[in-house]
Amino acid sequence: MPLPAEFADLEPYLAWALPTESERYARRLDSSLVEMQTFYDAAFPRLEEAIVYCDEHPYDDLPEDARTLLRLMQSLVMVSFPVEVWKQARVPDSGAAYLTVTAEPVV
Amino acid sequence: MPHFAKPPAGSWTQHYPELGTAPVDYTDSVDPAFYELEKVAIFRRSWLNVGRVEKLPRTGSYFTRELAVLDTSLIIVKGADGKIRAFHNVCRHRGNKLVWNDFPGEESAGVCRQFTCKYHAWRYDLTGKLTFIQQEGEFFGVDKDQYGLKEVACDVWEGFIFINLEPAESLTEYLGDLAKGIEGYPFHEMTSVYTYRAEVGSNWKLFIDAFAEFYHAPVLHHKQAVKNEAEKLVGYGFEALHYELSSPHSMVSSWGGMAPPKDPSMVKPIERALRSGLFGPWDRPAIEGLDPLPPSINPSRSPSWGTDSFEFFPNFTLLFWAPGWYLTYNYWPTAVDRHLFEANLYFVPARSARERLAQELATVTFKEYALQDGNTLEATQSMLASRVVSEFPLNDQEILLRHLHKVVADRVKEYTDAAAR
Amino acid sequence: MALYPKPAEGSWTEHFPGVGTGVLSYEDCISPEFYEAEREAIFKRAWLNVGRVEDVPRVGSYFTKEIEVAATSLVVVRDLTGQVRAFHNICRHRGNKLMWNDYPRAETAGSCRAFTCKYHGWRYDLTGKLTFVQQEGEFFDLDKADYGLVPVHCEVWAGFIFINLAESPEPLQVFLGAMVTDLGGYPFDALTERYDFTADIRCNWKIFLDAFQEYYHVPVLHSQEATPAARPKMPGFEAPYYNLDGPHRMVATSGPPRRLWPTDYQYPIEIATRSGLFGPWNEPDLGDDLPGVNPGGIKAWQMSNFQIFPNMEILIWQTGWYMLYRYWPTSHNTHRFEGSLFFPPARTASDRAAQECAVVMFKEFALQDAGMLVGTQQGLESRAVRDDFPLNDQELLVRHFHNSVASWVDDYQRAHPVSVTR
Repeated sequence: MPLPAEFADLEPYLAWALPTESERYARRLDSSLVEMQTFYDAAFPRLEEAIVYCDEHPYDDLPEDARTLLRLMQSLVMVSFPVEVWKQARVPDSGAAYLTVTAEPVV
Repeated sequence: MPHFAKPPAGSWTQHYPELGTAPVDYTDSVDPAFYELEKVAIFRRSWLNVGRVEKLPRTGSYFTRELAVLDTSLIIVKGADGKIRAFHNVCRHRGNKLVWNDFPGEESAGVCRQFTCKYHAWRYDLTGKLTFIQQEGEFFGVDKDQYGLKEVACDVWEGFIFINLEPAESLTEYLGDLAKGIEGYPFHEMTSVYTYRAEVGSNWKLFIDAFAEFYHAPVLHHKQAVKNEAEKLVGYGFEALHYELSSPHSMVSSWGGMAPPKDPSMVKPIERALRSGLFGPWDRPAIEGLDPLPPSINPSRSPSWGTDSFEFFPNFTLLFWAPGWYLTYNYWPTAVDRHLFEANLYFVPARSARERLAQELATVTFKEYALQDGNTLEATQSMLASRVVSEFPLNDQEILLRHLHKVVADRVKEYTDAAAR
Repeated sequence: MALYPKPAEGSWTEHFPGVGTGVLSYEDCISPEFYEAEREAIFKRAWLNVGRVEDVPRVGSYFTKEIEVAATSLVVVRDLTGQVRAFHNICRHRGNKLMWNDYPRAETAGSCRAFTCKYHGWRYDLTGKLTFVQQEGEFFDLDKADYGLVPVHCEVWAGFIFINLAESPEPLQVFLGAMVTDLGGYPFDALTERYDFTADIRCNWKIFLDAFQEYYHVPVLHSQEATPAARPKMPGFEAPYYNLDGPHRMVATSGPPRRLWPTDYQYPIEIATRSGLFGPWNEPDLGDDLPGVNPGGIKAWQMSNFQIFPNMEILIWQTGWYMLYRYWPTSHNTHRFEGSLFFPPARTASDRAAQECAVVMFKEFALQDAGMLVGTQQGLESRAVRDDFPLNDQELLVRHFHNSVASWVDDYQRAHPVSVTR
């Protein structure tokens, strides 16, 4: 599902528009820091505009393109720690530990 | 030189003299025999939180809980009368597990009008009554009234569902004054939930230990703050605003100047952009009931209050954040050195993408911290198991740990003393 | 038709008093109870090699060692005075593992000025002294002098770092005895180019160790060590020399250097790299005086294999390199094998290619052993045959090893009549 026309510049990162935390976290673990940094550098400056765009529509009834955009921004949140803090995909000292989401609100 | 006042006794720990100040023996976390005693002396006779009422929205809504520490599986179900009941998940005919999907060891949930056993189709209604026996005439004088599901004591407090295999007192008596002072918190408004689960390679008490003290936070999690802030935090260390013991339960109240921070440069770019972080979204939801808060929450009425953590014995943590959301933790032992950790994060449902992303950041941040904590516990467990050292000095900010291990020891001793008589 | 003369008693086995020639029980390799006894009687009492001094090159260099068989983890460090010390890897505050990275059960190494616990920031200096307690004022009568790291006995012989978990063990050199310490002058410190292997193997540690202290199996299991042309000419195996000293033992072999063998007795890669299973052909100059390596003074000496009780092997080749094996039990029917190969540092690409050939060949044949011995464990665990395994004269070291293990366990159980329980 494509992004709103105003956000066409983010189309290269469509693969990050994922509906569940499990998928977003898995993609984070499978990505290099360079990949996440590139995505972050492209998406972060558009975060506020994306929020404004989505919030022009009722949250419980988002059009598909806005929903895709919101999911993309959820992934921006997901990569913020690796990019801003850890400088790596995994949480330091987390080893084999895992924490699986078994329920989350839908978007 | 404490930043916050301590009780006249000189310390929180000495304020409760029964605790003592001696080093604490952690054999209780590595000894398989002690774990077996905990199962019977504590878990079988305590009120245990198994979920919230929102998981049972309609008549016939049910979920199952696999509770290794009780050696059983339970069905929790809402009846036509609106009452929530709990039953052992076992068919009275030949002991088959009654409700399960595909994998018998996994929990399941759904809605039904009655429970039908997969094996021989015996049926039970939502109150546990046996209503149908396949080929009843082939049996010998079976009275269906004698073969209902085995019921387990089940009660609800503020929307939290508790069960107890061998109750000696009512749920409200058990939860006591600490819980009484929480009543009225708008739990019912916070129905948007994120649920996390993990199997952790440590004794159940060690994870409670990690969450019941914040002495570790500036050190273990120092990489999570921006650099200047991290150094300042380690320098300050951690001090709580207030501790309260109401045996067997306890609570700690802490400052929380980070939501919003005084100086925005102290926090990360994404936090500034979304006005959120570990402490939650900075902007409070527009609901009733957060001001004033019930009396047990922020008991010192400190203006710099940030979070309260209530430890309801034995394995239920209720954690409130000042910006108007809360978490629950449940620690379900599966062996002396393993447990299943469950966390639920509850928010007022987002009404906009902006609110949703603010909540998203809070949940993502929670996970980053919890992964570090969980992994550290496995390291701790492995070295405690060496038994090279058994006694450990706990400081005043670790009073809730001291209390937890003491209550556990006391309950086990009461049980073994009674058994010896 | 012995290739080599045997001792006057008629066999090596009978030459050493007390070894006996009876059948052997392998119950000691399949019994969980016996394993529990070994943990206390052997691994918490014997000196155990955990590394080389090259692993801690500088002040503050450290590494951790997981010792599952003793249910602990150690941190080994070089302190400011250059002394190598060992401590239990546990913080005295709440029992967290002190030094680890990402994976709590994985070993780690590095260099530091002090050990800082990840959990609450307690710090210990390189001698184990507790030097910093976060918010010390919150504690009750805490004397930092009482809460140093728990030390473990640690001594160095010939650059090999040993630890001992007993309260007051005999000195390392006394434990090692003359046969082993005579090797002390060997230039181990010149052989620092190193290849490390590790494997988790599903058999008892002694089963695998046995395979590396007898060569009776070599012409059979490892027949491909010889080329097809050479195979028909391969005799069975005989060693020209065995020796025992306390719980330790050794075997030497002899024969012409592999480089002098006919070309069709060698694999093409051996000729091309001038190397092979017995090592690179270009022998380094390690000096004329190599004390202790050939205690039997045998002619055409090829290599000596020293089995240092309980779980260490040093195998020295005439061609100027050596191997170090250690067998770390992880349960009664599993262990972790560590194999290291030490060469003089390569100075040329051809030096390196020669090492590579020796290393690759080591792995080929070690994998054969590893595969087969899992089968041995399974066979033994059937208990279809229990207590009557016959051992021949070339398996003297196997016999002596199991006797030594039994004797250490007996000694311990006599001294601790409340038998070790699980």
